[in-house]
Amino acid sequence: MSAFDAITVGERFEFGSYDFTAERIKAFARDWDPQPFHVDEEAAAKSAFGGLIASGWHTAAVMMRLQVDYFRDRGTARPRFGVSPGFDDLKWLKPVYAGDRVTYSGRVLAKRRSQSRPGMGIVTTEFSGVNQNGEPVFEVTAHVMVSVD
Amino acid sequence: MRHFEDFVVGETIDHGTRTVSADDIVAFARQFDPQPFHVDVDAPETASLGGLIASGWHIATIFMRMMCDSFLLDSSSMGSPGIETLKWVQPVRPGDALAARSIVIDARASQSRPDRGIVRFRHELADGDGAIVMWFENPVMFGRRP
Repeated sequence: MSAFDAITVGERFEFGSYDFTAERIKAFARDWDPQPFHVDEEAAAKSAFGGLIASGWHTAAVMMRLQVDYFRDRGTARPRFGVSPGFDDLKWLKPVYAGDRVTYSGRVLAKRRSQSRPGMGIVTTEFSGVNQNGEPVFEVTAHVMVSVD
Repeated sequence: MRHFEDFVVGETIDHGTRTVSADDIVAFARQFDPQPFHVDVDAPETASLGGLIASGWHIATIFMRMMCDSFLLDSSSMGSPGIETLKWVQPVRPGDALAARSIVIDARASQSRPDRGIVRFRHELADGDGAIVMWFENPVMFGRRP
């Protein structure tokens, strides 16, 4: 069965959780997004956020990592998919504060054969992240190319 | 320091260029996107894509850092609620010299919060030949001039 055939619309994945510690938030942000409210506790306390928060790109990158680990752990270390044409409706719904634990999941919304690339399909998945209080903090509708052979 | 009032619709803000190495690609991907075609030069998946390619999230964060260094760190940025659309148009490979820019497509004062305004951007990342490799559009909130 091809990777494309193996995917069911409506299927849900639970990718697990990640602890956004102050150290992890600052380490990521120092490399990629060193705005004061991501790298400096004192400045963050005085900002509109009232405390250190994770870069939105960090929240997104962790989603990617947990997803790769999830499929690797299930024996699909070398799935014939992964290249993505992009995403829509990425929402940073609430700030992710130092100490927050975010749990990620995904739900397959649609799949179709690519018109422009024979042999490939496009799978659309809605990913979400929820904090330890059950509040959604992150959402994105992402597309990925999958082999139909 | 740039405040909300300093953004002009139609303005292009140039963020300069940055070259991506194979080591950069592998280091980011080992942390956040360890798929074979991002971390393993010798994997068959990598060969079938014509060689190592950068994680899309790496490309996005490279853009973010370039924008930070260009103007965001010297602005009244209050973060962003999200991204409507992002397209990874073509792969980024080792040695690519990426040029980044942001075009202001809208700017309006917040109705609900008088201390800030919302600036909408089209962000573009191009390779050395000027071909767009990634673009995205999103709103960013900026504090108003006190």
